[in-house]
Amino acid sequence: MASTATSRLGGLRSRGAALGGVVPPVSLLLLAGAAGLFVGSLRSSVFAQLTVQGLALGAVYGSLALALVLVYRATHVINFAQGELAMATTYVAYQLIKWGLSYWEAFFATLTIAFVLGTVLELALVRPVQHRSVIAAVIVTVGLFILLDGVVNWIWGGDFKFMPSPFGTRVYHVGNVSISRLYPGMFVVVIVSVLLVWALFRFTKLGLGMRAAALRPAESALVGVRVDWMLAVGWGLAAVLGAVAGLMAEPSQFFLEPTLMQPILVYAFAAAVLGGLESPTGAVVSGLAIGVSLNLVVQYVPAITSELQTPVAFAVLVGVLLVKPSGLFGHREVRRV
Amino acid sequence: MRARVPALVSLAAVAAVLCVLPFTLSDYNVSLAARVGIFFVAVLGLDILTGYTGQISIGHGAFMAIGGYSTAILSRDHNTNLVLTMLAAFALCFLVGLLVGLPALRLSGVYLALATFALAVSVPALPLQWSRFLGGRDGVQTSTTVGDVWLYGAAWSASAILFVLAWLVLRGRIGRAFRAVRDSEIAAVASGVELPVYKTLAFGISAAYAGVAGSLFVLATNGFAAPDEFGIALSLQILIGAAVAGLGSLWGVLAGAAFVGLLPSVSSSVPVIGSQHGQDVVFGAAVILVMLLLPGGFAGLLAQLRRLKRA
Repeated sequence: MASTATSRLGGLRSRGAALGGVVPPVSLLLLAGAAGLFVGSLRSSVFAQLTVQGLALGAVYGSLALALVLVYRATHVINFAQGELAMATTYVAYQLIKWGLSYWEAFFATLTIAFVLGTVLELALVRPVQHRSVIAAVIVTVGLFILLDGVVNWIWGGDFKFMPSPFGTRVYHVGNVSISRLYPGMFVVVIVSVLLVWALFRFTKLGLGMRAAALRPAESALVGVRVDWMLAVGWGLAAVLGAVAGLMAEPSQFFLEPTLMQPILVYAFAAAVLGGLESPTGAVVSGLAIGVSLNLVVQYVPAITSELQTPVAFAVLVGVLLVKPSGLFGHREVRRV
Repeated sequence: MRARVPALVSLAAVAAVLCVLPFTLSDYNVSLAARVGIFFVAVLGLDILTGYTGQISIGHGAFMAIGGYSTAILSRDHNTNLVLTMLAAFALCFLVGLLVGLPALRLSGVYLALATFALAVSVPALPLQWSRFLGGRDGVQTSTTVGDVWLYGAAWSASAILFVLAWLVLRGRIGRAFRAVRDSEIAAVASGVELPVYKTLAFGISAAYAGVAGSLFVLATNGFAAPDEFGIALSLQILIGAAVAGLGSLWGVLAGAAFVGLLPSVSSSVPVIGSQHGQDVVFGAAVILVMLLLPGGFAGLLAQLRRLKRA
């Protein structure tokens, strides 16, 4: 009796110790990084521009990574088609604008369409394979990747499309640093969407239901949560975040093409894994970190050309997986045999 | 893949059909059949890894790239006999596979999927960085090229040899150890299976097969190895082939190889969908349908049919 009590306490204490051992170094690292960026930006205007641009791109990576994390938490599936889904919804926005909607009308209409699309895809394609095996689920999303890519190419063709700029062409001047309005605009839109999704999960009954359904499906069903619907809504929200990422990635590239999201998906994977795959905060923070550091590294480290950007990002990813498989923000998964 | 009399008969039938095929088909169809043979080798290799030890890999295009580039470079710099370059690709990819298998020991499930995905994305970027040796974006050209019939013969001979090799390896102790690892790692360790040895060995064998497929793949594109040929799409195709194949059946692997090797070309000759993108739509939809309708792949379907017949 006494021994079980102490071992329980021991368990609690060791979990506390694990948290104490992990979180401070990570937050210290982030603080140091932020301080470094700030000091660097004060000293060099190029550095400041690259930082702002990197943060905006990083926000896009982070939001797609968050979409991956939402899907993973809800259904334990890695959605390889998340980027292509985002790309396809961006084409929908392009079409709506061509039909005469203003940019922001099309923006919100697209988010609605993305939500419906994500929900329907979960119900129709993912539900049947979800409990089968990792491989089956991966292959279905890979099939979806090819299918969406083919459909977009079929309807709109592979040539560049141009959309109106969402933030105009004004340039801000801060000291001797000039920054296009685009980057702060991208950053704000993405971060606001992420915060809205967070608030939905944190403060609404729907969000509570979704968290419960993801964590304890059987128990939630017993207390009256519609687990199936909650998981589908989770996919819908992920598709909305992806659509935001796609719509904000388009102006950063200045044109729309079917391969728009492929490199971004790669960085979003890296961000999601770095954050621990289960941690929403981890995904967004890692996305920002990857965006900024890639942008700076390519500029300042001569050995790493833009050709090597992806391999280097992935060397880091695999390194993190080997040293700390649960990522920087995750906690170790304990599984019963 | 246990040998019984009906199995031997069907094997002989497949071999006989494959021997006659090149004399009856047009040049274009012979090249398509050679393409199926190349995918057969790659899918067979991935089937050993995924089907037998349960480790997923989305990175087999990377091993194909390594095999393909070794053939192209050996031929360019030393004018090596092409068959010898395939042996070299086999050996090199076996070693690289063992090396990749080491870190993969610590990863499983979705994490292994993501790490091998990383491999598939990273390897094609390397020729762009070291362009003097690896040819950059323009690629590497072999010193000699081969015709469709040569390629057909080489692809299906390699398939036959590697199929027999797989059968020899998998039927005994090693195959049992692989299956034990797949079904429960902990139970396998408890029964004395050395997990690191067998998991890395599976990666090595599987990569070596992909390497040979890569050599053939380069020869099929007129002896031309270029980074774009070995993109992520190739890795996905092999993975899809293995999923369509199902586990441990010759017919399954044939079906998987035919699925990824033929479906795009066949659907592009159908009038309405006859464009590059129409065929992507068909291929993607077919992949999803097969996964939804045939959980065990083609091999699973066959097993089900056999059970029905017996009942």
